[in-house]
Amino acid sequence: MFYLKTAKSLVIASAVSIVAATSALAFPDKSVEYIIPFGPGGESDISARFQQPYFKDKFGQDLVVSYKPGGGGAVGWAQLNSMASDGHTIMGINLPHIVIQPAEKDVGYTTEDIHTFYMFHYTPDAIVVTADSPYKTLDDLIADAKANPGAVTMAGSGKATANHLAQIRFDKLAGIKTTYVPFKGTGASTTATLGNQVKAQWGYTTVGAAQGDAVRMLAVAMEERHPLFPDVPTFKELGYEMVGGAYRGMAVPKDTPAETVQRLSDMFGEINADEAFRKQMLDGGFALLDVGIDGMDAFMAARKAEYIEAATDAGLLN
Amino acid sequence: MDFEHLANALTLTNLALALFGVVAGTIIGSIPGLSATMAVAVLVPITFSMEPASALILLGAIYTGAIYGGAYSAILLNTPGTPSAIATTFDGYPMAKRGDGDLAVAIACYASVFGGLVGALALLLLAPPLSSVALAFGPVEYLWLSVFGLSLIASLSTGNVLKGLAGGAFGLLLSCVGVAEISADIRLTFGSSTMIGGIEVVGALIGLYCIPVLIDMVATPERHLKVEEGGRAVRFREGAAIAWKSRFNLLRSSIIGTVIGILPGAGGSVAGLVAYSEAKRTARPGQKFGEGEPDGVMATEAANNATVGGGFIPTLVLGIPGTPPDAVILGALLVQGVRTGPTLFEGGGSIVYTFVFGLFIATILMLPTGLLIGRYAYKTIVTIPKTILVPAVGFMTIIGTFAIRNSISDVMIMIVLGTVGWVLSRFGFAASPIVLGLILGPIAEQGFVQAWIIGDATGNLAGMFFGRPISLAIIAFTILSLVYPVIQGRRARRLIKTEAGAND
Repeated sequence: MFYLKTAKSLVIASAVSIVAATSALAFPDKSVEYIIPFGPGGESDISARFQQPYFKDKFGQDLVVSYKPGGGGAVGWAQLNSMASDGHTIMGINLPHIVIQPAEKDVGYTTEDIHTFYMFHYTPDAIVVTADSPYKTLDDLIADAKANPGAVTMAGSGKATANHLAQIRFDKLAGIKTTYVPFKGTGASTTATLGNQVKAQWGYTTVGAAQGDAVRMLAVAMEERHPLFPDVPTFKELGYEMVGGAYRGMAVPKDTPAETVQRLSDMFGEINADEAFRKQMLDGGFALLDVGIDGMDAFMAARKAEYIEAATDAGLLN
Repeated sequence: MDFEHLANALTLTNLALALFGVVAGTIIGSIPGLSATMAVAVLVPITFSMEPASALILLGAIYTGAIYGGAYSAILLNTPGTPSAIATTFDGYPMAKRGDGDLAVAIACYASVFGGLVGALALLLLAPPLSSVALAFGPVEYLWLSVFGLSLIASLSTGNVLKGLAGGAFGLLLSCVGVAEISADIRLTFGSSTMIGGIEVVGALIGLYCIPVLIDMVATPERHLKVEEGGRAVRFREGAAIAWKSRFNLLRSSIIGTVIGILPGAGGSVAGLVAYSEAKRTARPGQKFGEGEPDGVMATEAANNATVGGGFIPTLVLGIPGTPPDAVILGALLVQGVRTGPTLFEGGGSIVYTFVFGLFIATILMLPTGLLIGRYAYKTIVTIPKTILVPAVGFMTIIGTFAIRNSISDVMIMIVLGTVGWVLSRFGFAASPIVLGLILGPIAEQGFVQAWIIGDATGNLAGMFFGRPISLAIIAFTILSLVYPVIQGRRARRLIKTEAGAND
C-alpha cells in the first residue's frame, strides 16, 4: 500500500513537473535580446559574452547581445520600461550606476524604475600598483598618504563610480587623504597606472587578472580571498570593513509577467550554477554573485543605503 | 617566430576566413554608420566555436577590410564611412567629381594595403618595445596631441583660417553636449532626454558630410559624378604608377599611422589627419591639396590602415585596447580563454604569430578584393540614376546612424546637423573643422582635467603641463603647424616678387 502510494505520488509529481517543464519550455520561444547600455568591449559586454554560449546550450535559443551606449548607461536605462515586455528583451544593469545617477540629477529614470531580476557577478574593488611600485603592502600606501596628504594620486574609472566610491570609503576608513583622478573607463585608468602617471589605481580584481605579473594588488574588497589571487589579502583581513565593487545583473521592462521574470531569474541562476561558467568567470578575475528575484529587494536596499551614504559624505549629491 | 606559424596561418580554413572577413569588412565599412567596431562586434558570437587563432584572423580581417571600405563612401559620396576616412574626402571627392573616382578608389586600395602591411610588420617585429609608446603618453600628452590636432585646422583650411577656427570652436561646443565622460556632469541638454547621450561622432559625420551632398544632388541638374564618355581601360596600372611615385609619402604616412595607432586615446581619425597634413606640408610644387591630389588620398588611407597593426600592439602586449574594435577583439579573446599581455608574446606566442601572419594574408587579399569591389562600387554610383541614388543614400544614412547606438535621437541629431552643415557650407564654413572639434574636444578635456588634478596634487602644475619632453615636442609641432602656412605663404609671395624682379 505504501509503495502504491509512493508510486502514485511519483506519477503525479512527474506529471506536474512535465507540465511545469512544458509551460516553462514555452519561454523562450525565440531569441532573447540582451541589451548592454554601454559600448562593446567593456566589462559589461565581456561578462555578457561569457553568458551567451551557456544560454544557447541550456535553453536552445540565442542570447543576442546588442548595445545602446550613451550617458554612462543612462540612455538605455531611461528607455528600458518602454521596451517589449514579453521577457525576450532584457538589459544589463550596473551598480552603483543605477543608484548614483538618478540620485545626482534627472537622468530620465529612477532606481525603482529598474526591475532587476538577477545579479550575477561583481568585480571586487582592488588597489592596483605596478610591479615596480615602492608600495609593497597596503600599509606602505597608507604611510605615504599620511606623510603627504593628497599627494598620492589614484586613477579610477569615472566620477561617482564604483572606483570613486571605494576611494572615498577607504580614505575615511583609513583616515587618509588621497587624490582621485577619473579616467574614461578601466582601460584608460589601467594605462595611466602602468605608465606611472599616477601612484596607484582603484581598479578591480579583473585588472589583476588581465595584467598578471605587470601589476601587484595590495588588497581586494571581498569577504574571502579571490581563488585566482591566494596571496592578495582582503581589506577585511587588514582591518578595513570593505566588501564590494561594481555589480552587474539583468533587468526587464516593468510590465513583464511575474512568471516570466521568475523563469528568467531561474534560467540565469542555472547558468551561474554551471561549473564551467563559474571557472571561466573566476579565471577572468570576476567574483560570482547569486541574487535571484527573491532576494533582490533586500540586496538593492542594502546597496543603495551604502552608496548614498558614501556619495553624500563626499558631497557628490546635492 | 618561425615558419610553423606561417604554415598554421595558411590552412585552408584560415585562408577562407581571411577572405570572407576582408570582403565582409570592406562592404560593411563602405556603408556610412556601419563601423569597424560594429562589424567586429556582430561577428564575435560566430567565433566562439572556432580555434582562438582562427577567430582572431577572422576578426582582424573584418577590421582591416572595414577600415579600407570607409574610403569608398568618402571618395564617391563625400561621406567618411568611418571617422578614419575623414581626410580621404578632402581629395578623394574632388577626384571623383572630376571623373577620377575609379583612380581614387584604386590608389586608396594600394595605399591601404601598403599601410596595413607596415602596421602588421611593426606588430610582428617590434611589438614589445613599441608598446612602451602607449605608456609614455599620459594625460598631458593627450591634451597637447589634441591641441596639435586642432591646430591642423589652420593648415587644412587654407585661405580661410578664421572660418576654420570658428567651425572648430563650434565642434568643441557640440562635444560638450550630454553626460561628460569623466566628470559625469550633464551639460547643454536643455532638459531634453534626447540630448543626454551627447552627439555621436559617426552620426555627426554622416549628417555634416552626407546631407549637404544629398541636398546638392537634388538641387542641381548635373550628374552626381562626371563620367568619361566612351569605354576606358581599367586604371589599376595608372594607379600603381602614381603609388610608386609617392612611395615616400606612403612610407611616412604608414609610420605615422602605426605610431598613432599605438596610442589608445587617439585613433584612426587623428592618424589620417596628421598624415594628410604632413603630406600637404611637404607637397611638391604643383600639387594642389584639397582639389583632388592623389597624394592626399594615399596619405590618409595608408595611415588609417596602419593603425590596425599599430592598435594591436598595446592590445596584445599590454592587454590595453589600442582602438575601439581592439576592445571588442580583446573581449572575444578573453571568452576564448586567451590572456593577453606580455606573457602572450613570450609564452603562448603561437597564437599571436599565427594571427599576425593571418593579418598579413588578409591585408594582401585586400588588394584583389578591394580593387574588384571598389570598381563595382564606382560603377554603381556612377551609372545609377539620381532618382534612385538619392533615396538609396538617404535611406542608408538613416539606417547607418540608427545602427550606431540603436537610437532614434541620433537620427534626429544627424538630420539637424546635416541641415545646419549645409547652411554653413553656403557661407564658406567647412565640415571638417567642426568634426575635428567634436572628436578632439573630449580628448583635450579629459587630458586637461586629469593633468590638472595630478599636477595640483603633486604641487607641480607648471612642470606637469610644460615640463615633460614628449609634451614639449608636441607643443613644438603645434607651433610649427600654426606658423608654417604663414611662412609658406610669405615665401611664395617673395618668390613671385623676386621672379617678377628678375623679369624686369
